Amino acid sequence: MKHYNIYVTSKPVIYDPAGRASENTLAKLGFSGIERLRIGKFIEMQCADDVSLESIKQMCDQLLANPVLEDFRIEIVD
Amino acid sequence: MSDFRFGIVVFPGTNCEQDVAHAVRWLGHQAEYIWHQDTTVSQFDALVLPGGSSYGNYLRPGALAAASPIIAAISEYAAQGKPVLGISNGFQILTEAGLLPGALQQNASLTHICETLDFYVEKTVCQWLQLASGTMISLPVSHGFGSYYADAATLIQMESNGQIVLRDTQARIAAVCNEQGNVFGMMPHPERACEVLAANHPAGAGGTVFSTIVKHLEVVR
Repeated sequence: MKHYNIYVTSKPVIYDPAGRASENTLAKLGFSGIERLRIGKFIEMQCADDVSLESIKQMCDQLLANPVLEDFRIEIVD
Repeated sequence: MSDFRFGIVVFPGTNCEQDVAHAVRWLGHQAEYIWHQDTTVSQFDALVLPGGSSYGNYLRPGALAAASPIIAAISEYAAQGKPVLGISNGFQILTEAGLLPGALQQNASLTHICETLDFYVEKTVCQWLQLASGTMISLPVSHGFGSYYADAATLIQMESNGQIVLRDTQARIAAVCNEQGNVFGMMPHPERACEVLAANHPAGAGGTVFSTIVKHLEVVR
């Protein structure tokens, strides 16, 4: 069994309203010094040993991330 | 002569199909539902992907619906130059399927916007609204992910091709079409503004979308 972590984040040029709103709320709670807060998606995937990293990339390209708005990063856990 | 057959594509979670069917029938045409697992659409004169929350908007609005069996048939239909309209969630499905450029992001306000807005019909190649170019139309919107995004190079290209179809009074893009002008995606709901009984909305503005495509179909038939 292989274990991958996939991080889907909006591209740097994309405005992230949820991140901005959370940042503003943290400031209201008295937390200061936040330079940038972006909210993305975390996907945990377990799959058979013969599923290649290349096919995980294809899954991200075709479905898990939208290439117009998002970037993705795959982390091999074990 | 003017009795055309509209296919209305239904995904799990679509919820505006009856409104679209009602509008099409009210305007004197035939409306039939097509389930997302069907793979034949060639019998229709035009296709409509209605609004709603296909697959509960899981992952991203429209993303899971764009992987449905019917999408390959719609792509083939669109490639033949036949008219396809995506309304709201239908627009999101068409962008996710790659049939329209760009993507729809969450509204900057983080709120669901539900109101009637005025839209300027741009000079466009869009078969569904070309005849109304240069006019203002008032249509209801209802969406949480309606902020259109395409990168700067794509937008310049789209503008010069006449692919930007509707802008609101703040110049924000509300509807776009493909290069050929047959595939059209719009965030406002024309089916909710076709007749007086549809209440708060100026009657007829939504009908413009359907009557324009009917005029187009009469010419090409």
